[in-house]
Amino acid sequence: MPVYNLKINGESHAIEADQDTPLLWVLRDHLDMVGTKFGCGIGQCGACTIHVDGSATRSCLLQVSAVEDMEITTIEGISEDASHPVQQAWKEVDVPQCGYCQAGQIMSATAFLNQNANPSKSEIRDAMSGNICRCASYNRIEKAVEIAAGKMS
Amino acid sequence: MKNIVSPSFSRRSFIRTSALAGGGMLIGFNLFQACKPEAAPPVDIAKLNFNDFNAFIKIADNGMVTIFSPNPEIGQGVKTSMPMLIAEELDIAWENVHVVQGALDTENFTRQVAGGSQSIRHGWEPLRQTGATARQMLVNAAAAKWGVDASECTTSNGVITNVKGEKLGYGDVVKEAAALKVPENVTLKDPKDFKIIGTDASNVDIDKIITGKPLFGLDYKEDAMLIASVLRPPAFGKKLESVDDTAAKAITGVQDVIKFGDKVAVLAKDTWTAMKGKKALNASWTSDSKLENTEEHDKILTDLLNGKEFKTLRADGDVKKAFSAADQVIERTYESPFLPHNCLEPMNFFADVTAEKVRLVGPIQTPARTASRVAELLERDLKDISVEMTRMGGGFGRRLYGDFALEAAEISNLAKKPVKVVYSREDDMSAGIYRPAIKYKISASIKDGQITGYHLKEASVNSNMYGLIPNFFPAGAIENYQVDAAVFDSKITTGAWRAPYTNFLSFAEQSFFDELAEILEIDRIKLRLDLLQKVKGTTDERIQYSPERLEGVIKMAVEKSGWGNAKEGVYQGFSAYYCHNTHVAEVADVVLENDIPVVKKVTCVVDCGIVVNPLGAKNQIEGGVIDGVGHAMYGDFSFKDGEPVDKNFNTYRLIRINETPVVETHFIESDVAPTGLGEPTLPPAGAAVANAIKAAKGIRLYKQPFIKHMKAQAPIG
Repeated sequence: MPVYNLKINGESHAIEADQDTPLLWVLRDHLDMVGTKFGCGIGQCGACTIHVDGSATRSCLLQVSAVEDMEITTIEGISEDASHPVQQAWKEVDVPQCGYCQAGQIMSATAFLNQNANPSKSEIRDAMSGNICRCASYNRIEKAVEIAAGKMS
Repeated sequence: MKNIVSPSFSRRSFIRTSALAGGGMLIGFNLFQACKPEAAPPVDIAKLNFNDFNAFIKIADNGMVTIFSPNPEIGQGVKTSMPMLIAEELDIAWENVHVVQGALDTENFTRQVAGGSQSIRHGWEPLRQTGATARQMLVNAAAAKWGVDASECTTSNGVITNVKGEKLGYGDVVKEAAALKVPENVTLKDPKDFKIIGTDASNVDIDKIITGKPLFGLDYKEDAMLIASVLRPPAFGKKLESVDDTAAKAITGVQDVIKFGDKVAVLAKDTWTAMKGKKALNASWTSDSKLENTEEHDKILTDLLNGKEFKTLRADGDVKKAFSAADQVIERTYESPFLPHNCLEPMNFFADVTAEKVRLVGPIQTPARTASRVAELLERDLKDISVEMTRMGGGFGRRLYGDFALEAAEISNLAKKPVKVVYSREDDMSAGIYRPAIKYKISASIKDGQITGYHLKEASVNSNMYGLIPNFFPAGAIENYQVDAAVFDSKITTGAWRAPYTNFLSFAEQSFFDELAEILEIDRIKLRLDLLQKVKGTTDERIQYSPERLEGVIKMAVEKSGWGNAKEGVYQGFSAYYCHNTHVAEVADVVLENDIPVVKKVTCVVDCGIVVNPLGAKNQIEGGVIDGVGHAMYGDFSFKDGEPVDKNFNTYRLIRINETPVVETHFIESDVAPTGLGEPTLPPAGAAVANAIKAAKGIRLYKQPFIKHMKAQAPIG
């Protein structure tokens, strides 16, 4: 089986896996980084969102062979202690209900705010529309992204 | 109305204390016994030991309090709100409370369920009693130490003070308190003295959730564990004829292929390999009966509604007579599809079956029932079986059914290895226990401008509305009233889906009353209030709702939503409903964008009695309303030859943030015991939206999802 050199949250990992293995399962099963969630496997729900070179990307569709030497960031790498402004905003608003989708939501929001520090409400709604929250905590997600934008600008 | 359940129980039957070897005091109580409305001393008190308890309060020497909560947490917030009830009466600062998901002992318990929005309602009194009992023991210990009467001592934030102003922390007296007799009578706080109940508390797991810590069943892992990806019959009614596993076994990493019943499990060390192995299986299927289609269901349910095969669930007066004497009879039919639950965390479960024991770990709303079903399946003693619950990535009723846990147990038993079954989204959507497709026909007789008769007929798949529902509004408000139900037995598995039956019935009835008001040319609100007026003072004990409380939410919704004074271009729809012991009114504001109705805002007024945790309560309400709007607008699920047409989110549509209305929540101020919020705000949402769409476009909707049927229906009225 081939070995891939991955750079995840600033650390290097040599991973032995089939070339078609999605990064999602490398993170979850090979590296025990289970913050990145499995929801649909076809890039429709956003639960598996990570950053690849700073862009929000669905890790369920991303083959391990395609991401060598790229900067991969997962929810575990956003902060050590929930201190990132987006996480802080999530806490302030008390966003989660079941909580399963929230890591993916936070990753989408973080990448978005890094590119658009002062978004309008409709820009927030568009940017976050790739992430499903089955509990429908959407009002709070919207509010938390607004608050986080204020903290980051 | 049936008033608040006030459980009568003996505290001694479910509370026991002990000193901890390492310092501190442990208070054990049987939460599920305590929270049963009919709770009675469960066992011989003298024989009680700590194995009989499933919930614990640990008070450490430093005064820190740990509450081990055994409740299934599916996102409804009880892991936060139930410990708040204990902490309030224990009189400690919430910051000093640490909540831990307790491990479960299924041997001793028969009822461990998250479902029906009942946790807070049943826990309200016994959980406060538990906290108050512990507090009293600590006070008694301090009083003995000081040589004063316990009644002269007060508590605040974990500190006991006597009349001389001397102070002792709870931690200073835990050792002595643990040795005291459990007091028989304790006084509960006056609600006006509450310090924790009624204040905002964040989700107790928030830090773990936002940092991606392992919490959920899918995150659970053991060293020797294999992942099982299971091939199930692709259609309801199909059976496995044969399977060729050569290609699957040729995949590097596939460790085993196990056939059980009509299913085949592929086992591998990691999820991706197991899933690949499953896809490589070459199976052929047979069926010995006709496979079901949505078009046929449609016809079958219509025939049932027009037929005579009903059981009558409630009959007041004489509906037949009222209809034959009527000036006018109005009859409408409402239709809803099957719906999958689509918990975002797909079904999964861990099982380790050995000769000694059976360990089950995972997300489950009914651990005790699952344990006994596994015992039966594997022909094992119930005492060999343990269930540990993880946090659940949504439930919505799906995780009431332990089918996935049974699969895990069966595979582990055959493989002789610890196994975790993991569903793909496609597995999850096509091996569902769906909300059944239902049709309602509602007829009303009108005589001299009054509603004299009301006849509700239900045609449903596999099961009918549960017994309390016929006693919801408008029961008691219309003299001649009848509810009939008919059923079609299908091979498609169906079950509870968030607010079973009422999730659609509320749409039907609240749409019907809206249309009645138009036909009778009566104000929509007045029509509802006039009907409620007739229920006031009823002696009919079967009536479940309170006309006063329903009137209360209706009036506040009118006020808060600016009903009747909407801005130009904003169209409002009204709906009010009672279910799960909670009264709710909702007003939807709809605007037209390119002639397409868009729900901008929903004003939601809730009477759930005392609000334990407003922050968490509002989250439930917002989620319930948006879930209701989303499924009414978009939720569509059908079968072709026994197979679901949609299997993933590329074709099955769930509401997304850019389609979401703002939910504005208002509570009726109340000092009445609290009721649940996991379900009751969902049912009214569909009708509020449909009634607003009628106002906006003149189209009256009778079928869900609206998005599909809006174009098909011509404007009427």
